[in-house]
Amino acid sequence: MFQDILVTGLVNGGIYALLAVGFSLIFGVARIVNIAHTAFYMLSAYAFYFLLVKVGMNFAVASLLAVVLVVAVSMLCYKLVIEPVREHHAAVLIATIALGLIFQESLLIGFGGHYIGIPGAIDGFAAIAGVRVSYQRLIILVVAAVALSGTWLLLHHSRFGLAIRAAANDLEIANLMGMNVKRIAMFTVGVSVGLAAIAGVVVAPVYVVDPLMWQTPLVIMLAIVVLGGLGSIQGSLVGAFIISYVEAITVFAVPSGAYLKGAVALSIMVAVLLWKPEGLFGVVFEEER
Amino acid sequence: MKRGSLKLLGGLLALAFASACAAQNIKIAILGPMAFLQGENHWAGAEMARDEINKAGGIQVGGAKRQVELVKIDTNEILSVPDATNAIERAITRDKADVLIGGFRSEAVLAMQEVAMDNKKLFLGVGAAHSKLGVNVKENFERYKYWFRVAPTKDTDLARTVFAVLNTISEQMRRDLGKPEPKVAIVAEKAVWVEALLKAAQDTLPKMKMSVVGVWQPSATANDVTAELSAIKRAGADIVFTIVSGPMGIVLGRQMGELQLPAVAFGINVEAQKDGFWAATASKGNYVSTLDTYSEIEITPKTVPFVKAFKERFKRAPAYTAASYDAIMLYKDTVEKAGTIESDKLVPVIEKAAHTGTASVLTFDANHDPVFGPGKVTGIAVQWQNGEKVPFWPNNWNGVTYKGVRPIILPKL
Repeated sequence: MFQDILVTGLVNGGIYALLAVGFSLIFGVARIVNIAHTAFYMLSAYAFYFLLVKVGMNFAVASLLAVVLVVAVSMLCYKLVIEPVREHHAAVLIATIALGLIFQESLLIGFGGHYIGIPGAIDGFAAIAGVRVSYQRLIILVVAAVALSGTWLLLHHSRFGLAIRAAANDLEIANLMGMNVKRIAMFTVGVSVGLAAIAGVVVAPVYVVDPLMWQTPLVIMLAIVVLGGLGSIQGSLVGAFIISYVEAITVFAVPSGAYLKGAVALSIMVAVLLWKPEGLFGVVFEEER
Repeated sequence: MKRGSLKLLGGLLALAFASACAAQNIKIAILGPMAFLQGENHWAGAEMARDEINKAGGIQVGGAKRQVELVKIDTNEILSVPDATNAIERAITRDKADVLIGGFRSEAVLAMQEVAMDNKKLFLGVGAAHSKLGVNVKENFERYKYWFRVAPTKDTDLARTVFAVLNTISEQMRRDLGKPEPKVAIVAEKAVWVEALLKAAQDTLPKMKMSVVGVWQPSATANDVTAELSAIKRAGADIVFTIVSGPMGIVLGRQMGELQLPAVAFGINVEAQKDGFWAATASKGNYVSTLDTYSEIEITPKTVPFVKAFKERFKRAPAYTAASYDAIMLYKDTVEKAGTIESDKLVPVIEKAAHTGTASVLTFDANHDPVFGPGKVTGIAVQWQNGEKVPFWPNNWNGVTYKGVRPIILPKL
């Protein structure tokens, strides 16, 4: 059972990390609570399905194009919907909720409420410590590791990353120093949604694609970023694996309560917040900044 | 001036005539989640019935033939129960429907039932299985007598069918695979309609010489069950008994195939009843089996012609909510016998009905639930075999074998 928990938690943690890190990134830089974040993940899964199955593109091209398209849509949405109200946090929250629902309803109209399955890139499974893991899930793990490493490199070893970190440190000072913070925020939205879009593309062949698929990960993602410390990328990464392992332990330890895995994860979040209201890495991150 | 007056008079007469014609139509509200497959089938089955009836001149009400007019009511009940109650309210008050047909999600249908009963409107349920819908009739007949369940059978009868099929599968396992007491893992989504079935399974399976190795209850919207399947593999299950209606049904079939889990999946898996299941599982759902309603086998003399006509018209096989066809045909027979569309006068006629439908012979018990058993409602079981949905049950069950059933295939365990 131990190895089952270890492997299951690791794979699911990779997906959660992709979502949560992107969400944290844009919150850290522009204080945007993007509730539509997982809706972009859903949009990417649908774009991938459309390009792969309906248009007939190959796997790699369809994946890449789906991510690029969704990033472009996200930047457009930022420009048209979020930027005009960015200074008003409540308005941003409501605007992004509306965006998520617009995407949901549009997909419902366009594709119907059908559950869509997408073929995987590679068939078969590997046995890791006696646990069967499909190759597609291993791809998720590898892609998550590459994408997250790439994000880290971007943030710490590029001028753009430096600008993002400067903006995250103090948006007003960055502005006064002559940095184009609006453009930085927009490109950060692109990077942030890019991670969600990658998650959407890699999970599409494993999960079922449907117009409600953004809702469950939204709650889990919010739990992760609050647990890790709002705006802390490091915290989101750690939080993703904590929540993922808590879910795995719940399923294995209390099979008939498997539906409670989300609730248990949220309870852990509440417990941590009672102990450390700023989240696990909130203070450390503030100091880093 | 005179010509103008004549034109006005003519217009008024035409309007009055059109209104009179519309008033002559019998309005049937088809309630379902129209953006989803269940609602699409509600509507498709109803369209077939309407066209057939209207082509034959309509429904004979007393001395007049009246055409059928369908009203499409999107209940959105999969996403929102309040939407469903608003929708049925609208069907009754604004659209002035004469009869209500459909519903799918038990939680929503229980709420819609209240609205229909408040308005003393005949409501023929096609889709929801929860027993409470029928129990309401027994407990408060005067209020709930306008409710009849056409399809599916109530949850406890679904359980009886499921256990009968499970018995067939376990016997085959004992015989072919030398497993004296097959191990069963129960995977049931967390939903209202599952409760009675789950309890019955836990009580009944040990009596049927099958050991229950565990119960896994993911959320109804779960779309990943790898953790559950790993645990099931560790438990050494031979049969994965499924009670699922949501997307989990696809993921379960697909992930079982991907991980080559050495077990047979059988139970209620609504997604596996659909034509699109094979594609949705990326061709991995081999051997997944489920209870079902329609197939090209002779359940009644009407089954094969109906399924063929449905496939020809809609380019897909009917799902169980296409029994809206049977509901409308039952309503037609009832109205013609009673000579009226008044709900109070139709209730006693339906109570005594024996209607040969497309998937069963419908008769009703005191709860206004369809009577289960050989020669009445049995259901069928199907298995996905290399992309084809193959009916395999009933095959010599209580003397019932439907012409066209083929054997179930057990994967190599």
